[in-house]
Amino acid sequence: MSDALLLEVRDLVVSFDGVRAVEGVSFEIAPGPFGLGLVGESGSGKTTIARAVVRLLEADRGEIRFLGADVRRLGRAALRRYRQSVQIVFQDPDGTLDPRMRIGAALAEAVTAHRKLPRAAVNERVDRLLHEVGLEERHRRRFPHQLSGGQRQRVAIARALAVEPRLLVLDEPTSALDVTVQAKVLELIAQLRDQHALAYLLISHNLAVIEQLCEETVVLYRGRVLEVGPTEQLLNRPAHPYTQALRAAVPDLEPRVRASAAAAAALPVRHETARCPYYTRCPLAVERCRDEQPLLRDVAGRSVACHRAEDALAFAGHPLHLASGS
Amino acid sequence: MKLALRDVRIAFEGRTVVALDALDLAENEIVGLVGESGSGKSITALAVMGLARSLGATVTGSIALDGRELLGLSERQLRQVRGRRVAMIFQSPVSAFNPLVRVGDLFVRTLRVHGVDSTDAGRRAEDALREVLLGPELLRRYPHQLSGGQAQRIAIALAVALRSDVLIADEPTSALDVTVQAEIIELLRMLRERERLSILFISHDLAVVAQLCDRVAVMRNGSIVESGTTAGLLRHPSHPYTRALLAAVPRLGGGRTA
Repeated sequence: MSDALLLEVRDLVVSFDGVRAVEGVSFEIAPGPFGLGLVGESGSGKTTIARAVVRLLEADRGEIRFLGADVRRLGRAALRRYRQSVQIVFQDPDGTLDPRMRIGAALAEAVTAHRKLPRAAVNERVDRLLHEVGLEERHRRRFPHQLSGGQRQRVAIARALAVEPRLLVLDEPTSALDVTVQAKVLELIAQLRDQHALAYLLISHNLAVIEQLCEETVVLYRGRVLEVGPTEQLLNRPAHPYTQALRAAVPDLEPRVRASAAAAAALPVRHETARCPYYTRCPLAVERCRDEQPLLRDVAGRSVACHRAEDALAFAGHPLHLASGS
Repeated sequence: MKLALRDVRIAFEGRTVVALDALDLAENEIVGLVGESGSGKSITALAVMGLARSLGATVTGSIALDGRELLGLSERQLRQVRGRRVAMIFQSPVSAFNPLVRVGDLFVRTLRVHGVDSTDAGRRAEDALREVLLGPELLRRYPHQLSGGQAQRIAIALAVALRSDVLIADEPTSALDVTVQAEIIELLRMLRERERLSILFISHDLAVVAQLCDRVAVMRNGSIVESGTTAGLLRHPSHPYTRALLAAVPRLGGGRTA
Protein backbone atom coordinates (compact mmCIF):
# COMPACT_ATOMS: atom_id res chain seq x y z
CA MET A 1 0.00 0.00 0.00
CA SER A 2 2.83 2.34 -0.82
CA ASP A 3 0.43 4.97 -2.23
CA ALA A 4 -0.91 5.49 1.31
CA LEU A 5 2.53 6.65 2.47
CA LEU A 6 3.52 10.26 3.03
CA LEU A 7 7.23 9.74 2.66
CA GLU A 8 9.06 6.72 1.39
CA VAL A 9 12.85 6.49 1.43
CA ARG A 10 14.46 3.53 -0.37
CA ASP A 11 18.11 2.49 -0.40
CA LEU A 12 19.35 6.02 0.16
CA VAL A 13 23.07 6.50 -0.35
CA VAL A 14 24.83 9.80 0.40
CA SER A 15 28.57 10.37 0.35
CA PHE A 16 30.91 13.26 1.00
CA ASP A 17 34.19 13.30 -0.94
CA GLY A 18 33.80 9.62 -1.68
CA VAL A 19 33.14 8.70 1.95
CA ARG A 20 29.77 7.06 2.49
CA ALA A 21 27.79 8.86 5.17
CA VAL A 22 24.55 7.05 4.47
CA GLU A 23 24.65 3.52 3.12
CA GLY A 24 21.38 2.13 1.79
CA VAL A 25 18.86 3.46 4.28
CA SER A 26 15.12 2.80 3.88
CA PHE A 27 12.14 3.90 5.94
CA GLU A 28 8.55 5.03 5.60
CA ILE A 29 6.41 7.72 7.16
CA ALA A 30 2.63 7.31 7.28
CA PRO A 31 0.34 10.34 7.01
CA GLY A 32 -0.06 12.18 10.33
CA PRO A 33 -0.56 12.02 13.16
CA PHE A 34 2.59 9.94 13.01
CA GLY A 35 6.11 10.23 14.41
CA LEU A 36 9.18 8.40 13.14
CA GLY A 37 12.27 8.59 15.32
CA LEU A 38 15.76 8.51 13.87
CA VAL A 39 18.22 7.65 16.60
CA GLY A 40 21.95 7.22 16.52
CA GLU A 41 25.19 8.70 17.79
CA SER A 42 27.33 11.31 16.09
CA GLY A 43 28.47 10.09 12.70
CA SER A 44 25.49 7.77 12.31
CA GLY A 45 24.19 9.79 9.36
CA LYS A 46 20.93 10.99 10.89
CA THR A 47 21.37 14.68 10.06
CA THR A 48 22.59 13.80 6.56
CA ILE A 49 19.40 11.81 5.99
CA ALA A 50 17.28 14.75 7.18
CA ARG A 51 19.08 17.11 4.80
CA ALA A 52 18.74 14.70 1.89
CA VAL A 53 14.99 14.40 2.57
CA VAL A 54 14.46 18.17 2.33
CA ARG A 55 17.02 18.34 -0.52
CA LEU A 56 19.44 20.59 1.27
CA LEU A 57 21.94 18.13 -0.14
CA GLU A 58 21.74 15.69 -3.03
CA ALA A 59 21.78 11.93 -2.53
CA ASP A 60 24.04 9.76 -4.68
CA ARG A 61 21.51 7.02 -5.09
CA GLY A 62 18.16 5.78 -3.86
CA GLU A 63 14.61 6.96 -3.90
CA ILE A 64 12.81 9.61 -1.88
CA ARG A 65 9.09 9.67 -2.62
CA PHE A 66 6.69 12.20 -1.16
CA LEU A 67 3.06 11.25 -1.78
CA GLY A 68 4.38 9.12 -4.58
CA ALA A 69 6.35 11.90 -6.32
CA ASP A 70 10.06 11.39 -6.91
CA VAL A 71 11.62 14.13 -4.75
CA ARG A 72 15.09 13.76 -6.27
CA ARG A 73 13.76 14.66 -9.72
CA LEU A 74 11.54 17.62 -8.85
CA GLY A 75 11.90 20.69 -11.05
CA ARG A 76 12.27 24.17 -9.57
CA ALA A 77 8.59 24.97 -9.18
CA ALA A 78 7.74 21.52 -7.84
CA LEU A 79 10.70 21.65 -5.45
CA ARG A 80 9.43 24.97 -4.13
CA ARG A 81 6.05 23.44 -3.42
CA TYR A 82 7.71 20.40 -1.87
CA ARG A 83 9.68 22.61 0.48
CA GLN A 84 6.46 24.13 1.72
CA SER A 85 4.99 20.72 2.38
CA VAL A 86 8.08 19.57 4.22
CA GLN A 87 9.53 21.93 6.83
CA ILE A 88 12.71 21.47 8.81
CA VAL A 89 13.40 22.68 12.36
CA PHE A 90 17.02 22.67 13.49
CA GLN A 91 18.68 22.25 16.87
CA ASP A 92 19.79 25.87 16.85
CA PRO A 93 16.97 28.18 15.75
CA ASP A 94 19.36 31.14 15.55
CA GLY A 95 20.68 29.93 12.23
CA THR A 96 17.25 30.26 10.64
CA LEU A 97 15.89 33.43 12.24
CA ASP A 98 16.96 36.75 10.76
CA PRO A 99 18.40 38.71 13.72
CA ARG A 100 17.19 42.03 12.26
CA MET A 101 13.63 40.92 11.70
CA ARG A 102 10.95 41.19 14.37
CA ILE A 103 9.16 37.93 15.19
CA GLY A 104 5.87 39.22 13.80
CA ALA A 105 7.46 40.16 10.48
CA ALA A 106 9.26 36.82 10.21
CA LEU A 107 6.04 34.93 10.75
CA ALA A 108 4.06 37.17 8.38
CA GLU A 109 6.68 36.52 5.72
CA ALA A 110 6.24 32.77 6.16
CA VAL A 111 2.44 33.05 6.13
CA THR A 112 2.47 34.93 2.81
CA ALA A 113 5.24 32.87 1.26
CA HIS A 114 2.91 30.66 -0.73
CA ARG A 115 -0.29 32.67 -0.96
CA LYS A 116 -1.55 36.23 -1.02
CA LEU A 117 -3.68 37.22 1.94
CA PRO A 118 -5.22 40.51 3.02
CA ARG A 119 -3.29 42.23 5.78
CA ALA A 120 -5.91 41.58 8.42
CA ALA A 121 -5.92 37.88 7.64
CA VAL A 122 -2.13 37.75 7.87
CA ASN A 123 -2.24 39.45 11.26
CA GLU A 124 -4.85 37.07 12.49
CA ARG A 125 -2.86 34.08 11.27
CA VAL A 126 0.33 35.33 12.95
CA ASP A 127 -1.53 35.76 16.21
CA ARG A 128 -2.95 32.28 15.96
CA LEU A 129 0.48 30.79 15.24
CA LEU A 130 2.00 32.57 18.24
CA HIS A 131 -0.81 31.33 20.39
CA GLU A 132 -0.42 27.77 19.12
CA VAL A 133 3.23 27.61 20.10
CA GLY A 134 2.55 29.14 23.50
CA LEU A 135 3.76 32.68 22.78
CA GLU A 136 1.83 35.90 23.13
CA GLU A 137 0.87 38.87 21.03
CA ARG A 138 3.54 40.99 22.72
CA HIS A 139 6.25 38.70 21.28
CA ARG A 140 5.44 39.98 17.77
CA ARG A 141 7.46 43.12 18.29
CA ARG A 142 10.51 41.37 19.73
CA PHE A 143 13.71 40.64 17.90
CA PRO A 144 15.12 37.08 18.15
CA HIS A 145 17.86 38.12 20.60
CA GLN A 146 15.20 39.43 23.00
CA LEU A 147 13.78 35.93 23.38
CA SER A 148 15.06 32.96 25.36
CA GLY A 149 16.35 29.83 23.60
CA GLY A 150 13.10 28.01 24.23
CA GLN A 151 11.04 30.92 22.89
CA ARG A 152 13.21 31.12 19.76
CA GLN A 153 12.67 27.42 19.15
CA ARG A 154 8.92 28.03 19.52
CA VAL A 155 9.16 30.77 16.89
CA ALA A 156 11.05 28.39 14.58
CA ILE A 157 8.25 25.84 15.02
CA ALA A 158 5.58 28.49 14.42
CA ARG A 159 7.33 29.54 11.23
CA ALA A 160 7.48 25.95 10.05
CA LEU A 161 3.75 25.58 10.76
CA ALA A 162 2.94 28.86 8.98
CA VAL A 163 3.03 27.19 5.57
CA GLU A 164 0.78 24.33 6.73
CA PRO A 165 3.26 21.55 6.06
CA ARG A 166 2.37 17.87 5.74
CA LEU A 167 5.66 16.74 7.23
CA LEU A 168 8.05 18.27 9.76
CA VAL A 169 11.67 17.26 9.96
CA LEU A 170 12.81 17.97 13.51
CA ASP A 171 16.59 17.75 13.84
CA GLU A 172 17.44 17.55 17.57
CA PRO A 173 14.89 20.31 18.28
CA THR A 174 15.41 20.31 22.05
CA SER A 175 19.04 19.29 22.46
CA ALA A 176 20.28 22.83 23.02
CA LEU A 177 17.57 23.68 25.54
CA ASP A 178 17.49 23.51 29.32
CA VAL A 179 15.73 20.45 30.63
CA THR A 180 12.61 22.24 31.93
CA VAL A 181 12.34 24.13 28.62
CA GLN A 182 12.90 20.93 26.68
CA ALA A 183 9.98 19.28 28.48
CA LYS A 184 7.68 22.12 27.45
CA VAL A 185 8.79 22.08 23.80
CA LEU A 186 8.29 18.30 23.66
CA GLU A 187 4.82 18.79 25.07
CA LEU A 188 4.17 21.43 22.42
CA ILE A 189 5.22 19.07 19.62
CA ALA A 190 2.89 16.36 20.96
CA GLN A 191 0.05 18.86 21.15
CA LEU A 192 0.60 20.24 17.64
CA ARG A 193 0.78 16.74 16.25
CA ASP A 194 -2.70 15.98 17.51
CA GLN A 195 -4.17 19.36 16.52
CA HIS A 196 -2.78 19.35 12.98
CA ALA A 197 -2.54 15.61 12.35
CA LEU A 198 1.16 16.28 11.77
CA ALA A 199 3.64 13.72 10.62
CA TYR A 200 7.26 14.20 11.58
CA LEU A 201 10.70 12.75 11.30
CA LEU A 202 12.28 13.35 14.70
CA ILE A 203 16.03 13.13 14.99
CA SER A 204 17.39 12.68 18.47
CA HIS A 205 20.19 11.03 20.35
CA ASN A 206 17.87 10.80 23.35
CA LEU A 207 15.89 7.56 23.45
CA ALA A 208 13.52 8.92 26.07
CA VAL A 209 12.58 11.82 23.77
CA ILE A 210 11.99 9.39 20.90
CA GLU A 211 9.87 7.19 23.14
CA GLN A 212 7.65 10.11 24.06
CA LEU A 213 6.96 11.26 20.52
CA CYS A 214 7.39 8.45 18.00
CA GLU A 215 5.40 5.35 17.08
CA GLU A 216 8.25 3.92 15.07
CA THR A 217 12.00 4.15 15.44
CA VAL A 218 14.97 3.64 13.16
CA VAL A 219 18.31 2.91 14.82
CA LEU A 220 21.27 4.07 12.76
CA TYR A 221 24.94 3.25 13.09
CA ARG A 222 27.63 4.45 10.69
CA GLY A 223 25.08 5.22 8.02
CA ARG A 224 23.21 1.94 8.17
CA VAL A 225 19.92 0.88 9.69
CA LEU A 226 20.57 -1.69 12.39
CA GLU A 227 17.06 -2.00 13.73
CA VAL A 228 13.66 -0.58 12.82
CA GLY A 229 10.21 -1.17 14.22
CA PRO A 230 7.59 -0.07 16.73
CA THR A 231 9.25 2.17 19.33
CA GLU A 232 7.82 0.25 22.23
CA GLN A 233 9.25 -3.05 20.94
CA LEU A 234 12.64 -1.54 20.23
CA LEU A 235 13.07 0.14 23.58
CA ASN A 236 11.53 -2.50 25.82
CA ARG A 237 13.13 -5.47 24.09
CA PRO A 238 15.89 -4.26 21.81
CA ALA A 239 17.10 -7.04 19.54
CA HIS A 240 20.27 -5.53 18.10
CA PRO A 241 23.29 -5.53 20.42
CA TYR A 242 23.85 -1.86 19.52
CA THR A 243 20.28 -0.86 20.41
CA GLN A 244 20.79 -2.78 23.64
CA ALA A 245 23.97 -0.83 24.36
CA LEU A 246 22.23 2.48 23.59
CA ARG A 247 19.35 1.50 25.83
CA ALA A 248 21.68 0.49 28.66
CA ALA A 249 23.66 3.73 28.42
CA VAL A 250 20.67 6.01 29.04
CA PRO A 251 21.13 7.40 32.53
CA ASP A 252 18.08 6.94 34.67
CA LEU A 253 17.07 8.79 37.80
CA GLU A 254 17.25 5.47 39.64
CA PRO A 255 20.89 4.61 40.15
CA ARG A 256 21.37 1.14 38.69
CA VAL A 257 23.72 -1.65 39.57
CA ARG A 258 26.27 -1.74 36.80
CA ALA A 259 28.63 -4.44 35.74
CA SER A 260 32.17 -3.47 36.62
CA ALA A 261 34.30 -1.66 34.09
CA ALA A 262 36.80 -4.47 34.41
CA ALA A 263 34.24 -6.94 33.10
CA ALA A 264 33.49 -4.68 30.15
CA ALA A 265 37.18 -4.11 29.48
CA ALA A 266 37.72 -7.88 29.40
CA LEU A 267 35.68 -8.11 26.21
CA PRO A 268 37.78 -8.57 23.11
CA VAL A 269 38.50 -5.41 21.12
CA ARG A 270 38.57 -5.98 17.39
CA HIS A 271 40.22 -3.69 14.91
CA GLU A 272 39.66 -5.60 11.68
CA THR A 273 37.29 -4.32 9.05
CA ALA A 274 34.15 -6.39 8.91
CA ARG A 275 30.92 -6.60 6.97
CA CYS A 276 28.85 -5.75 10.05
CA PRO A 277 29.41 -2.08 10.97
CA TYR A 278 29.00 -2.85 14.68
CA TYR A 279 31.51 -5.72 14.63
CA THR A 280 34.33 -3.91 16.44
CA ARG A 281 32.20 -3.08 19.46
CA CYS A 282 29.82 -6.02 19.54
CA PRO A 283 29.99 -8.44 22.47
CA LEU A 284 28.23 -11.13 20.45
CA ALA A 285 30.26 -10.91 17.23
CA VAL A 286 31.34 -14.14 15.60
CA GLU A 287 33.27 -14.93 12.39
CA ARG A 288 30.14 -14.77 10.30
CA CYS A 289 29.65 -11.10 11.31
CA ARG A 290 33.07 -10.31 9.87
CA ASP A 291 32.55 -12.17 6.61
CA GLU A 292 28.91 -11.66 5.77
CA GLN A 293 26.96 -8.41 5.95
CA PRO A 294 23.85 -8.84 8.09
CA LEU A 295 20.76 -7.69 6.19
CA LEU A 296 17.56 -6.46 7.77
CA ARG A 297 15.29 -9.36 8.58
CA ASP A 298 12.12 -9.72 10.64
CA VAL A 299 12.66 -10.83 14.21
CA ALA A 300 10.17 -10.51 17.06
CA GLY A 301 8.00 -7.83 15.50
CA ARG A 302 10.71 -5.57 14.08
CA SER A 303 13.49 -5.66 11.49
CA VAL A 304 17.06 -6.23 12.64
CA ALA A 305 20.35 -6.31 10.77
CA CYS A 306 22.12 -8.82 12.99
CA HIS A 307 23.05 -12.47 12.50
CA ARG A 308 22.70 -13.02 16.21
CA ALA A 309 19.49 -11.11 16.95
CA GLU A 310 17.80 -14.17 18.50
CA ASP A 311 20.76 -14.69 20.82
CA ALA A 312 20.85 -10.97 21.62
CA LEU A 313 17.20 -11.08 22.63
CA ALA A 314 17.87 -14.14 24.78
CA PHE A 315 20.91 -12.53 26.45
CA ALA A 316 19.24 -9.16 27.00
CA GLY A 317 19.55 -8.15 30.61
CA HIS A 318 22.69 -10.16 31.23
CA PRO A 319 24.94 -7.67 33.05
CA LEU A 320 28.18 -8.40 31.23
CA HIS A 321 26.42 -8.12 27.94
CA LEU A 322 24.84 -4.75 28.77
CA ALA A 323 28.09 -3.40 30.13
CA SER A 324 29.74 -3.75 26.75
CA GLY A 325 28.18 -0.57 25.46
CA SER A 326 28.97 1.48 28.52
CA MET B 1 36.66 19.08 54.46
CA LYS B 2 38.49 18.91 51.13
CA LEU B 3 36.79 21.94 49.69
CA ALA B 4 34.53 24.32 51.62
CA LEU B 5 32.69 27.32 50.21
CA ARG B 6 31.13 29.75 52.68
CA ASP B 7 29.07 32.87 51.94
CA VAL B 8 30.48 33.11 48.47
CA ARG B 9 29.24 36.16 46.55
CA ILE B 10 30.21 36.61 42.93
CA ALA B 11 29.35 39.88 41.23
CA PHE B 12 29.89 41.49 37.86
CA GLU B 13 29.93 45.31 37.90
CA GLY B 14 28.03 45.36 41.17
CA ARG B 15 25.40 42.88 40.02
CA THR B 16 25.42 39.76 42.21
CA VAL B 17 25.14 36.59 40.15
CA VAL B 18 25.99 34.07 42.85
CA ALA B 19 25.05 34.20 46.53
CA LEU B 20 25.95 30.82 47.88
CA ASP B 21 25.79 30.14 51.61
CA ALA B 22 27.57 26.82 51.87
CA LEU B 23 28.89 24.06 49.63
CA ASP B 24 31.16 21.28 50.89
CA LEU B 25 33.13 18.57 49.15
CA ALA B 26 34.58 15.91 51.45
CA GLU B 27 37.63 13.83 50.60
CA ASN B 28 36.86 11.06 48.13
CA GLU B 29 33.34 12.38 47.66
CA ILE B 30 31.47 13.21 44.46
CA VAL B 31 29.12 16.16 44.76
CA GLY B 32 26.80 17.19 41.95
CA LEU B 33 26.08 20.86 41.35
CA VAL B 34 22.93 20.94 39.25
CA GLY B 35 21.23 23.81 37.53
CA GLU B 36 20.06 25.21 34.20
CA SER B 37 21.84 27.79 32.10
CA GLY B 38 22.39 31.03 33.95
CA SER B 39 22.10 29.39 37.37
CA GLY B 40 25.68 30.36 38.26
CA LYS B 41 27.15 26.87 38.49
CA SER B 42 29.98 27.41 36.02
CA ILE B 43 31.09 30.77 37.42
CA THR B 44 31.14 29.15 40.87
CA ALA B 45 33.48 26.49 39.51
CA LEU B 46 35.69 29.14 37.93
CA ALA B 47 35.80 31.00 41.24
CA VAL B 48 37.15 27.86 42.93
CA MET B 49 39.85 27.70 40.25
CA GLY B 50 40.71 31.35 40.89
CA LEU B 51 39.67 32.16 37.33
CA ALA B 52 36.54 34.24 37.98
CA ARG B 53 38.54 37.38 38.71
CA SER B 54 40.16 37.31 35.30
CA LEU B 55 36.67 37.43 33.81
CA GLY B 56 36.00 40.65 35.69
CA ALA B 57 34.09 39.19 38.61
CA THR B 58 34.52 40.16 42.24
CA VAL B 59 34.48 37.20 44.58
CA THR B 60 34.00 37.55 48.33
CA GLY B 61 33.46 35.08 51.15
CA SER B 62 35.57 32.01 51.70
CA ILE B 63 36.75 29.19 49.46
CA ALA B 64 39.03 26.86 51.42
CA LEU B 65 40.99 23.86 50.19
CA ASP B 66 42.07 21.54 53.03
CA GLY B 67 41.41 24.45 55.36
CA ARG B 68 43.60 26.88 53.43
CA GLU B 69 41.89 30.00 52.13
CA LEU B 70 42.15 30.38 48.34
CA LEU B 71 40.49 33.79 47.98
CA GLY B 72 43.13 36.49 48.14
CA LEU B 73 45.99 34.29 46.95
CA SER B 74 48.30 35.88 44.41
CA GLU B 75 48.27 34.66 40.82
CA ARG B 76 51.62 32.93 41.46
CA GLN B 77 50.27 31.13 44.51
CA LEU B 78 47.13 30.18 42.60
CA ARG B 79 49.19 28.55 39.88
CA GLN B 80 50.52 26.17 42.52
CA VAL B 81 46.96 25.22 43.42
CA ARG B 82 45.57 25.04 39.91
CA GLY B 83 46.30 21.78 38.20
CA ARG B 84 48.43 20.47 41.01
CA ARG B 85 45.76 20.40 43.68
CA VAL B 86 42.58 21.25 41.81
CA ALA B 87 42.11 20.37 38.15
CA MET B 88 39.21 21.30 35.94
CA ILE B 89 37.71 19.66 32.87
CA PHE B 90 35.22 21.21 30.49
CA GLN B 91 32.42 20.30 28.12
CA SER B 92 34.59 20.47 25.00
CA PRO B 93 38.16 19.52 25.84
CA VAL B 94 39.35 19.70 22.23
CA SER B 95 38.88 23.47 22.21
CA ALA B 96 40.84 23.74 25.47
CA PHE B 97 43.88 22.02 23.93
CA ASN B 98 46.37 23.84 21.73
CA PRO B 99 45.63 22.44 18.25
CA LEU B 100 49.30 22.53 17.24
CA VAL B 101 50.58 20.53 20.20
CA ARG B 102 50.58 16.75 20.18
CA VAL B 103 49.00 15.05 23.18
CA GLY B 104 52.38 13.79 24.44
CA ASP B 105 53.89 17.30 24.34
CA LEU B 106 50.84 18.67 26.07
CA PHE B 107 51.53 16.33 28.99
CA VAL B 108 55.25 17.11 29.08
CA ARG B 109 54.72 20.90 28.93
CA THR B 110 52.01 20.86 31.58
CA LEU B 111 53.97 18.60 33.91
CA ARG B 112 57.17 20.65 33.47
CA VAL B 113 55.36 23.84 34.44
CA HIS B 114 54.60 22.02 37.66
CA GLY B 115 58.21 21.00 38.20
CA VAL B 116 58.29 17.47 36.84
CA ASP B 117 61.38 16.72 34.70
CA SER B 118 60.99 15.58 31.09
CA THR B 119 61.81 11.88 31.42
CA ASP B 120 59.61 11.54 34.43
CA ALA B 121 56.87 13.47 32.62
CA GLY B 122 56.85 11.03 29.70
CA ARG B 123 56.46 8.07 31.99
CA ARG B 124 53.76 9.78 34.02
CA ALA B 125 51.85 10.59 30.83
CA GLU B 126 51.84 6.93 29.76
CA ASP B 127 50.76 5.81 33.21
CA ALA B 128 47.97 8.36 33.27
CA LEU B 129 46.72 7.28 29.84
CA ARG B 130 46.66 3.68 31.00
CA GLU B 131 44.69 4.81 34.03
CA VAL B 132 41.98 6.28 31.77
CA LEU B 133 42.06 3.16 29.57
CA LEU B 134 43.77 4.72 26.55
CA GLY B 135 46.76 3.35 24.65
CA PRO B 136 50.14 5.19 24.55
CA GLU B 137 49.80 5.61 20.77
CA LEU B 138 47.43 8.52 21.47
CA LEU B 139 50.40 10.55 22.75
CA ARG B 140 51.44 11.08 19.13
CA ARG B 141 48.08 12.45 18.04
CA TYR B 142 47.03 16.04 17.58
CA PRO B 143 43.84 17.19 19.35
CA HIS B 144 41.76 17.17 16.15
CA GLN B 145 42.62 13.50 15.65
CA LEU B 146 40.84 12.56 18.86
CA SER B 147 37.21 11.59 19.29
CA GLY B 148 35.19 13.56 21.85
CA GLY B 149 35.41 10.71 24.33
CA GLN B 150 39.18 10.30 23.87
CA ALA B 151 39.74 14.03 24.33
CA GLN B 152 37.76 14.03 27.57
CA ARG B 153 39.72 11.00 28.80
CA ILE B 154 42.95 12.84 28.04
CA ALA B 155 41.78 15.93 29.94
CA ILE B 156 41.06 13.62 32.88
CA ALA B 157 44.42 11.89 32.42
CA LEU B 158 46.15 15.28 32.74
CA ALA B 159 44.55 15.71 36.17
CA VAL B 160 45.70 12.21 37.08
CA ALA B 161 49.26 12.89 35.87
CA LEU B 162 49.39 16.09 37.94
CA ARG B 163 48.20 14.11 40.96
CA SER B 164 45.41 16.59 41.54
CA ASP B 165 43.20 15.58 44.42
CA VAL B 166 40.17 17.65 43.51
CA LEU B 167 38.60 17.49 40.07
CA ILE B 168 36.06 20.06 38.97
CA ALA B 169 34.13 18.68 36.03
CA ASP B 170 31.95 21.24 34.26
CA GLU B 171 29.40 19.40 32.09
CA PRO B 172 32.09 16.90 31.03
CA THR B 173 29.67 14.57 29.25
CA SER B 174 27.12 17.00 27.81
CA ALA B 175 28.66 17.08 24.35
CA LEU B 176 29.22 13.34 24.17
CA ASP B 177 27.17 10.50 22.74
CA VAL B 178 25.20 8.57 25.30
CA THR B 179 27.36 5.42 25.20
CA VAL B 180 30.52 7.53 25.53
CA GLN B 181 28.91 9.48 28.35
CA ALA B 182 28.32 6.22 30.20
CA GLU B 183 32.01 5.33 29.75
CA ILE B 184 33.20 8.66 31.16
CA ILE B 185 30.88 8.34 34.17
CA GLU B 186 32.24 4.85 34.79
CA LEU B 187 35.78 6.21 34.50
CA LEU B 188 35.18 8.99 37.02
CA ARG B 189 33.69 6.48 39.42
CA MET B 190 36.74 4.25 39.02
CA LEU B 191 39.19 7.13 39.56
CA ARG B 192 37.42 8.11 42.74
CA GLU B 193 38.12 4.60 44.03
CA ARG B 194 41.68 4.27 42.78
CA GLU B 195 43.02 7.80 43.10
CA ARG B 196 40.81 8.85 46.00
CA LEU B 197 39.74 11.86 43.93
CA SER B 198 37.17 14.32 45.23
CA ILE B 199 34.95 15.47 42.39
CA LEU B 200 32.68 18.48 42.03
CA PHE B 201 30.47 17.43 39.13
CA ILE B 202 28.60 20.26 37.44
CA SER B 203 25.68 19.29 35.24
CA HIS B 204 22.27 20.27 33.98
CA ASP B 205 21.34 16.59 33.82
CA LEU B 206 19.88 15.10 37.00
CA ALA B 207 19.87 11.62 35.51
CA VAL B 208 23.64 11.72 34.99
CA VAL B 209 24.11 13.12 38.49
CA ALA B 210 21.97 10.27 39.87
CA GLN B 211 24.39 7.76 38.37
CA LEU B 212 27.51 9.26 39.85
CA CYS B 213 27.13 11.60 42.81
CA ASP B 214 26.96 10.97 46.55
CA ARG B 215 25.36 14.31 47.25
CA VAL B 216 23.61 16.91 45.12
CA ALA B 217 23.15 20.66 45.40
CA VAL B 218 20.51 22.25 43.18
CA MET B 219 21.34 25.77 42.07
CA ARG B 220 18.99 28.40 40.72
CA ASN B 221 19.54 32.09 40.09
CA GLY B 222 22.87 31.97 41.89
CA SER B 223 21.72 30.26 45.07
CA ILE B 224 21.49 26.70 46.26
CA VAL B 225 17.80 25.98 46.70
CA GLU B 226 18.17 22.45 48.00
CA SER B 227 20.92 19.97 48.79
CA GLY B 228 21.19 16.50 50.24
CA THR B 229 22.20 12.94 49.53
CA THR B 230 21.46 11.92 45.96
CA ALA B 231 19.04 9.17 46.96
CA GLY B 232 17.24 11.39 49.47
CA LEU B 233 16.93 14.36 47.14
CA LEU B 234 15.67 12.27 44.24
CA ARG B 235 13.18 10.41 46.38
CA HIS B 236 11.93 13.32 48.46
CA PRO B 237 12.60 16.59 46.67
CA SER B 238 11.30 19.37 48.89
CA HIS B 239 11.89 22.50 46.82
CA PRO B 240 9.39 23.12 43.99
CA TYR B 241 12.23 23.85 41.58
CA THR B 242 13.90 20.50 42.32
CA ARG B 243 10.55 18.85 41.70
CA ALA B 244 10.14 20.71 38.41
CA LEU B 245 13.65 19.68 37.33
CA LEU B 246 12.96 16.06 38.20
CA ALA B 247 9.64 16.06 36.38
CA ALA B 248 11.25 17.51 33.27
CA VAL B 249 13.85 14.75 32.82
CA PRO B 250 12.76 12.68 29.83
CA ARG B 251 12.60 9.12 31.10
CA LEU B 252 12.50 5.80 29.36
CA GLY B 253 9.48 3.68 30.12
CA GLY B 254 7.26 6.73 30.44
CA GLY B 255 5.36 5.85 27.31
CA ARG B 256 4.18 8.14 24.57
CA THR B 257 2.61 11.50 25.23
CA ALA B 258 1.74 12.04 21.61
